[in-house]
Amino acid sequence: MEQSIYRSHILICGGTGCVSSGCKEVRSSLEDELARHDLEDEIKVLETGCHGFCEKGPLIIVYPESVFYCELKPENMEKLVEEHILKGKIVEEFLYQEPVTNESVRSYKDIDFYKKQERNALANCGHIDPEEIEEYIATGGYQAIGKALTEMTPQEVIDEVKDSGLRGRGGGGFPAGLKWQFASEAEGDKKYVICNADEGDPGAFMDRSLLEGDPHRIIEGMVIAAYAIGADEGYVYVRAEYPLAIKRLRIAIEEAEEYGLLGDNLFGTDFNFDLHIKEGAGAFVCGEETALMASIEGKRGMPRPRPPFPAQKGLWGKPSNINNVETYANVPDVIQDGAETYKQVGTEGSTGTKVFALTGKINNTGLAEVPMGITMREIIYDIGGGINDGKEFKAVQIGGPSGGCLPEDKLDLTIDYDSLLEVGAMMGSGGLVVMDEDTCMVDVSRFFLDFTQSESCGKCTPCRVGTKQMLDILERITTGEGQEGDIELLEELAENIKSTSLCGLGQTAPNPVLSTLRYFRDEYEAHIYEQNCPAGACEELLGAYVIDGEACVGCTACTDACPVDAISGEAKEEHQIDEDACIACGACVEKCPVDAITQ
Amino acid sequence: MACSCGNAEENQEQYLAPLYDVLAGYECKEKDLIPVLQDAQEEYGYLPQDVLQEIAKGLGVPFSQVYGVVTFYSQFHLEPRGENIIRICMGTACHVRGGDKVLDKMKEELGVDDGETTEDLKFTLESVACIGACGLAPVIMVNDNTHGLLTPEKVPEVLDQYRD
Repeated sequence: MEQSIYRSHILICGGTGCVSSGCKEVRSSLEDELARHDLEDEIKVLETGCHGFCEKGPLIIVYPESVFYCELKPENMEKLVEEHILKGKIVEEFLYQEPVTNESVRSYKDIDFYKKQERNALANCGHIDPEEIEEYIATGGYQAIGKALTEMTPQEVIDEVKDSGLRGRGGGGFPAGLKWQFASEAEGDKKYVICNADEGDPGAFMDRSLLEGDPHRIIEGMVIAAYAIGADEGYVYVRAEYPLAIKRLRIAIEEAEEYGLLGDNLFGTDFNFDLHIKEGAGAFVCGEETALMASIEGKRGMPRPRPPFPAQKGLWGKPSNINNVETYANVPDVIQDGAETYKQVGTEGSTGTKVFALTGKINNTGLAEVPMGITMREIIYDIGGGINDGKEFKAVQIGGPSGGCLPEDKLDLTIDYDSLLEVGAMMGSGGLVVMDEDTCMVDVSRFFLDFTQSESCGKCTPCRVGTKQMLDILERITTGEGQEGDIELLEELAENIKSTSLCGLGQTAPNPVLSTLRYFRDEYEAHIYEQNCPAGACEELLGAYVIDGEACVGCTACTDACPVDAISGEAKEEHQIDEDACIACGACVEKCPVDAITQ
Repeated sequence: MACSCGNAEENQEQYLAPLYDVLAGYECKEKDLIPVLQDAQEEYGYLPQDVLQEIAKGLGVPFSQVYGVVTFYSQFHLEPRGENIIRICMGTACHVRGGDKVLDKMKEELGVDDGETTEDLKFTLESVACIGACGLAPVIMVNDNTHGLLTPEKVPEVLDQYRD
């Protein structure tokens, strides 16, 4: 293998976020500029996986200085090459600015978004080329599987994972080592390991970033699991909506096969392991393990009652171990560094780190990997940079459609699997959606119920019919048709659905409603009894807008903004809104420079 | 070609030729049903009845099971689809950042409702659950391209990129 020495490395993020903001164009412009200055042999351009700071893309990091440039455009490359690469001067204008202080930050390590993070599972994401196996190996990759296969027995591997306290990162938080133990003890001539990459929770994208940014880490974790339980075949079940993740994983599997890290007689032992990719076909319920296995078998992805658990009777009736992407991503560290080191991070009951997908009304959106036991406030304000547009924090939704909304007084809660359950939320896959004063909590409940109702597979009645009933009531409330007794009826339905549904989808579907009822009951009551949406989000409950004639300066900005031409008036004269035509969309309010429009 | 409806025997053979190529790449067991359907849809743009019947025969599974699988997964379609598939994300992050306004504007621009295809078969509009690009909310996908940080005003601009 030929290795050249380069004076500098330029890492350009090629994750899905940056691709959509135009990183391909930036890269080709950068390469043109480097070629124009005959620098191709001195400077190496690498396309990496996701850096997690998706909102600021396209992103570039220049090493060895580790200078972080963001929101780049192809036309900026001329200046970047001439100033930074040729003259060694940092280009201030392309640096990141902290949202609060407006200070420019040079190195990505000094950016608040990254400072409090502890990137272990995501360590390589954004720093290596995911399509080159050598880069993963150079960071210590595939050493853990070497260690496991040549120095440890399968039971020792299981004990190490048990001892590490690693819990399933996909939602439930079941101890991974225990799961492996069950699968290992199950009798069977054939066993499988499965990776659940059917990341369907709205608001979560860590599994996608891991697969796109560091696919070999997942493969390594799966091979270790296979060795531990005695499986010789595995499947990664990936959503079809993630084409780039599928492509990179496919390349990674081919490379690992070439290097003898997948296939027969790994590391000179008699252990064999083959790995396949199975593309999902668009069904949220397939994230449930028994449904996922039915889908791999070529059937409708419907769950079945457990027991028997997959560890006893899984794929094609054989003992199977199924873990989530992020869980497997933690395994190489557990084996390589040992359980003791792994446990140093996190809390007693929830060890290690967790990757959260930070989105919604927040300044810094992206992926943040933090130690378990951090507070919500640290994530939202220190890493996330607080609420955008100077608005007030109202709630944070954690755990997707199975989780709950937490209010401001829960911001100082330390986050781990158990503390979240106590307050009526759950870790889920780690989606954190921040909501501000303009978000209506009843509407958020309706949104989640709409989601679970349409994704319900229909097999069991409580989920199929119950979620529909709940949705009907919520729709009634958000359109001003709420009745006395609706809240109580919602609570009764919720409890029944929780206790009688067949799988996790139904059992957790009422959580968004229950948690908002617990913390934001007054908003439900305002909708029902006062026909009022305090957040001003439910359109049917809002009246038409009116223009304050004295304040109006006749700039016509509102006339242009109105989608239904409900505003009339000559330039520089007072404007009027036709009440009947107004759809209360609020477009005019945003455009009015003098705040003359109210409801 | 006298008849292009696919009913004449020789036309039928020609029509199904790409499907036979797809089937040739698989062991043709029950587990191959979903990948075969995915490849067939890639080939035909949707899953016509003749194709489904042939798949059932090829894999040796009942037609009812094939139909059951096709109607279970949202990825499969029994009707012809547009040249470009627009998926509007309705995930949580997009919802709180105004994804429904983008959907409304898209409906208005294309003159179709959610799930429909334009008359010229250029665009199919679909609202989907999270596409996992929440950092760029509100976000849409046109074919395999992601367009993020959208506002209703940017919708025509995005569409123009896919109009010849």
